[in-house]
Amino acid sequence: MSSNAPAEPLVLRWLKAFGAFWWDFFVGDTPEIFLGTVALLVVVTLASVVGHLHQLGAALLCIGVLGVLALSVAKAARATKG
Amino acid sequence: MTAHTSDIVLVLAVFLACAVEMVEALTIVVAVGSTRGWRPAMQGVGLALGALTVLVAVFGPALTKVPIDVLRFVVGSVLLIFGLQWLRKAVLRSSGFKAKHDEDAIFAETVAELGALDRSTSGDRQAMVMSFKGVFLEGLEVVIAVLTLGASSHRLPLAAATAAVALVLVAVVGAIVARQLSMVPENAMKMSVGLMLVSYGTFWTGEGLKVHWPGADLMLVGLVAIYGLGVLALVQVLKGQHRNLVEVGS
Repeated sequence: MSSNAPAEPLVLRWLKAFGAFWWDFFVGDTPEIFLGTVALLVVVTLASVVGHLHQLGAALLCIGVLGVLALSVAKAARATKG
Repeated sequence: MTAHTSDIVLVLAVFLACAVEMVEALTIVVAVGSTRGWRPAMQGVGLALGALTVLVAVFGPALTKVPIDVLRFVVGSVLLIFGLQWLRKAVLRSSGFKAKHDEDAIFAETVAELGALDRSTSGDRQAMVMSFKGVFLEGLEVVIAVLTLGASSHRLPLAAATAAVALVLVAVVGAIVARQLSMVPENAMKMSVGLMLVSYGTFWTGEGLKVHWPGADLMLVGLVAIYGLGVLALVQVLKGQHRNLVEVGS
């Protein structure tokens, strides 16, 4: 890369740093927690808000949260073994 | 559930979250203070606390203007992701798959970094920045916990007061015990906070999505118990796997 390439505007650099900070905060090295939670919320929305199955929504939410946690720790344990 | 029970869970969650993060921040501040002098260390602390106060002052009142169902769904989702990350780390540490958080190691690492700085004004500035970053980054997690838990349960002043008490208490205890911060049962505290954040996150997200909780508000305590049992089971399973791994390796 050329050393005299024009520097990025300060606002752009600040926005990138801001985005990177929040990306790291919510996703970071555990994308499965972020994606698993989003997927779970979509399923619960479909059950409770769209399908009006409010009690099923509650059960799905509890089981799903434990499932996401189990998935994430299993992934980390597998990575350690490998 | 009575207002008292939910207040107790809120106070516990905020207090433990604040205390555990402040122990981490204090380790860095004590390392900066004892290596480079207390002036740059306290300047960093002052700047960080100022920046965090501005964040609370700006976002606190703004959050109270958001419709309660939307707020609970958004806050619940944030708490779920945030709490699951805490719980994951605590489970991996309890089962041996991740090294326990070692305040002594962090202290030694920070002192080594500071030792490499020159004894000039720019070295002092870098020490101040290190102190600022330690307090601001750890404090930001506290601010998120205080704002989300406080706003969604309409107890922002109680949450903020609890955080302030924890901050003062950790600072006083830290000043007395200074280098014995590694004796704080940090993993157990992180596990408790993770459980409460995930329970609150589940509860508020469910409220936002109109699910029917059995026992209404009392289910919050039920969620802590359900997740507590789930986490215990996970730790036991992983401990067994870790033992096998160590035996195969030796």
